[in-house]
Amino acid sequence: MSDSPDTICRAALADGKLLIQRAEASGECFFPPRLMEPLTGDTGWTWIEASGLGTVYSVTVVGQRPPAEPYNVTLVDLDEGVRLMSRIEAIAPDAIRIGQRVRLRIAREGEDFVPLFDPA
Amino acid sequence: MGGHFPRGKTAIAGLATYGFDGANGLSPIEMAAKAGLLAIADAGLALRDVDALFICLPDDFFAGLTLAQYYGISPRYTDCNRTGGSAFMSHVAVAAMMLDAGYIDCALIAYGSNQRSGTGKLVSAFRPNPWESPYRPLIPLSPYALAAARHFHEYGTTREHLAEVAVAARGWANTNPQAFAKGPLTIEDCLNARMISSPLGVRDCCLVTDGAAAIVMTRADRARDLAKPPVAVLGAAAATWYSTVAQSRDLTTTAAAESGPRAYAMAGVGPADIDVVQLYDAFTINTILFLEDLGFCEKGEGGAFVSGGRIGPGGARPVNTDGGGLSCAHPGMYGLLAIAEAARQVRGEAANQLPKADVALAHGNGGTLSSQATVILGSDATV
Repeated sequence: MSDSPDTICRAALADGKLLIQRAEASGECFFPPRLMEPLTGDTGWTWIEASGLGTVYSVTVVGQRPPAEPYNVTLVDLDEGVRLMSRIEAIAPDAIRIGQRVRLRIAREGEDFVPLFDPA
Repeated sequence: MGGHFPRGKTAIAGLATYGFDGANGLSPIEMAAKAGLLAIADAGLALRDVDALFICLPDDFFAGLTLAQYYGISPRYTDCNRTGGSAFMSHVAVAAMMLDAGYIDCALIAYGSNQRSGTGKLVSAFRPNPWESPYRPLIPLSPYALAAARHFHEYGTTREHLAEVAVAARGWANTNPQAFAKGPLTIEDCLNARMISSPLGVRDCCLVTDGAAAIVMTRADRARDLAKPPVAVLGAAAATWYSTVAQSRDLTTTAAAESGPRAYAMAGVGPADIDVVQLYDAFTINTILFLEDLGFCEKGEGGAFVSGGRIGPGGARPVNTDGGGLSCAHPGMYGLLAIAEAARQVRGEAANQLPKADVALAHGNGGTLSSQATVILGSDATV
């Protein structure tokens, strides 16, 4: 087993789980994976599985030259208080709204397992 | 609050910009070297006078060594800060303190790029972030688009507001002989331009041009005896809040809200004292964010502030009087061009010279709104 929090988190994605870290002292969650809590430097933390519920913080639709389809790049705030970049599926890109509730789904893309979201 | 800074103890003694219309076959290091030679000559100095090199190139992480060898000089200090387009504002801060301390006597700060003629696209040293690259954000564009979308959501900013920024920049460029993009540009043109990463369209994006710039800094007493009027460095401050956009806590406020007040405190001035403002306008939203964060208007009011031509020619608050990265030149890392234009205004020799330009602010942006750095310059009378 690797000592790298980043590697451990990626391995969990392949098992269908998004792990985030929670500092024991402050109770604050953080992501992407690090060796310590940002700012405090606290190395006392535990993995928790994200609930998977979140809210759209911002969204941009990348237009491509046809016939390629436009796609969205979205920032999602998980209910645990961490923000990540992702993509919202099962909805037209221009229908995505800031403040919209979304639910996590982990999908395989090529060799990687990536967190995606659907409307909740 | 400002931290210790040698206010007015150092000055920009020479400056040059070069090659916005094309590199004519020169490589990035040749472009930087050419601008450096022009700046040294502008100061009335010689190459052998330079004992410190500050340089950041798009394609050479060891550019300090490369330029030293190219010039055949043996600098006491070289610095290749890599915060992106704000690197040159940090160079000014470091050079000012080293000059004042007597550690160095003459600093050359240089940049050059042939990105348009060489590759036709922005050359970036960005390393893909594995937690963001699977979603294919356009880098650097999409992070700025995300900031703009959030600003629209929170404050009611519109694409018309963004267009005002682009139209103002073009207005300045139209009377600047060095500017790359000229010709009429209307609000409608901007609104009808092809969308790239919403809400930012083609006219919200900076140019991709060749170009080089350089400045020479010495202690103020020496600068007063040189060829050109000295441009005093009154303050210089940098701030870094994050690297990748998802790690921003609040995408509508940038670290300019920290670098600006620190630079003001060093310089002993506030926004109302600034006669001319140069902001790194990689995208139109930048100008709005930085005008707010640097205190020229309240947070959220930037869209209304830039409306009605206020920041364009003849407007009450001149911004980017050379045409900025949007219409003058954007050779990849624009920061040094903003400093050069601010210094030209203070000297009284800008293409679009303002009647009063005693105090100028040049603000640099690096990464994806990640690094912010502010330099405040003044005429000798302000020292």
